[in-house]
Amino acid sequence: MTITFLLLAATTITGTAAAMSLKNLVHCVLALTLGLVSLAALYLQLGAQFVGFTQILVYVGAVAILAAFAIMMTRSAEPAVLTGSSSFRVSGALIALVVFAVLGWAVWSGTGALAVLGPEPEAPVNEIGVALMHRFVLPLEIIGLLLTAALIGAGILAMDETRRTK
Amino acid sequence: MPEMIDQIFVLLKHWLLAYVPAALQPIVSAVLSVVPVLVAFPLLFAITTVLERKGLGRMQNRYGPNRVGPFGILQPMADGIKSLTKEDIIPRTADQVVHFLAPVMLVIASFVVYSVLPIGKNMVLANLNAGVLFFFAVGSMVELSVFMAGWSSRSKYSLLGAMRAIAQMISYEMPLVLASVVVIMAAGSLSTVAIVNMQAGYTGIWPRWYVFTPWGLTGFVIFMIAATAESNRCPFDMPEGESEIIAGYYIEYSGFKFALFFLGEYLGMFATSAMAITLFLGGWAAPFSFLTWIPSYVWFFVKLLIIIMAFIWVRGTLPRLRMDQLMNFAWKFMLPLSIINIVGAGVWHLIPAGFTRWLIDSLLVIVSCVLLSRGIRRGKSFHVRTYRFAS
Repeated sequence: MTITFLLLAATTITGTAAAMSLKNLVHCVLALTLGLVSLAALYLQLGAQFVGFTQILVYVGAVAILAAFAIMMTRSAEPAVLTGSSSFRVSGALIALVVFAVLGWAVWSGTGALAVLGPEPEAPVNEIGVALMHRFVLPLEIIGLLLTAALIGAGILAMDETRRTK
Repeated sequence: MPEMIDQIFVLLKHWLLAYVPAALQPIVSAVLSVVPVLVAFPLLFAITTVLERKGLGRMQNRYGPNRVGPFGILQPMADGIKSLTKEDIIPRTADQVVHFLAPVMLVIASFVVYSVLPIGKNMVLANLNAGVLFFFAVGSMVELSVFMAGWSSRSKYSLLGAMRAIAQMISYEMPLVLASVVVIMAAGSLSTVAIVNMQAGYTGIWPRWYVFTPWGLTGFVIFMIAATAESNRCPFDMPEGESEIIAGYYIEYSGFKFALFFLGEYLGMFATSAMAITLFLGGWAAPFSFLTWIPSYVWFFVKLLIIIMAFIWVRGTLPRLRMDQLMNFAWKFMLPLSIINIVGAGVWHLIPAGFTRWLIDSLLVIVSCVLLSRGIRRGKSFHVRTYRFAS
């Protein structure tokens, strides 16, 4: 429990809480980005360079930008007034509680795994690469296939629209 | 003696550190490393603005700045004083906080990437295990600040500029990263220092830089084109085309914030060029074995200035691309070519050294280049444009 950890944890929680509570959608995206960046900083603090940088690259460089782009393309610059009904809030709170319970249970029952952690590897990035190419090659290929399918699907969707307008 | 001159900054730092109490040494060491970078690159920015304006002036048959100081070399001082004394205007409808944060974030992100760039022998701020990844990760924060600037200004020109900029940056980031993958494959490391060290040494008098291989040359060309697009420079300056949307996403900024955007843009350009030097041009290494007596940091800045000169030259020569041309070029030419280039680099590893792998790799690149350009050209006819009213 160092002071860096406490600061980063506070920023993460503030960012994600602001992402849920702010009225303006763009502010929400920016607050979410803050939360994701401080999460990446937490990874870095744990010594996981590769995971931390990938988190920034994927979530800030791609996901946040994509969300921002979608907002720019679809909405006017005026802040949207959101009126959530109470039943929506109740079900949302229920789902959040269930997810939190599952996560908490997983973390609680998984603490035994800490004991089997070996010494820190010399070149963590190399080991991640080797593991991806040997032990986890099937999940990697499946994810690659899924992403390729998504890419082609997006292309086809975009193509169809231009054909209709012709 | 040459070694001492080469390491003079490192030795100077250690000499200064010896006078500091042990408890303060980590902080003082960090300050002593960071401050030179914070001074050197903005200075290079100031020099580049003069060089660019003079160079463009020469290419366009005019003088360029020649009033401030001898040959106008004090022009950046005048520009700096001007932007400092200007009124800082924030539009009334603008989102005040985001409007303020955008240039700050841009400059921070532009400076932070310098921490992994080896400027000279033993002269790197942080030798990270995943240095190249760090560079691209922090570089992607620039896009977010562009979005923040464009959206918070509440101006149609700003929003248009930001949309164009982000679309372009996302599209060209893929070839940029994929082009550097070949070097990571060859070096077997993501650390910038390790990549430079892998390219050290000479065969005869010639260096062993990655640019002197078929996949390296292709990667370098793709990297530089994508870097031009990433830094929003001509011919990819759609996001800030002066004749269409005035200045793009930073039109609503005035005074020093405008100068910060300018600074951030140029710093980004230098950083990507420095990354290209690190990945493909052997970092701080001398180009010939008999020139190694010249200090490493001199070589780094010489290479950087040559690349900057090429940027200015391109800007003075090429017309602006249209949006559809831009996107087609990124997705139908650069992306497939960089993926084929990765295959080429893999083939290069599998075949033993010799003439065969040169032939196979060159053929692979040239054939795919020709086929891809044919694919882009399909269904279009090119002819000399004639203007009816003039003939």
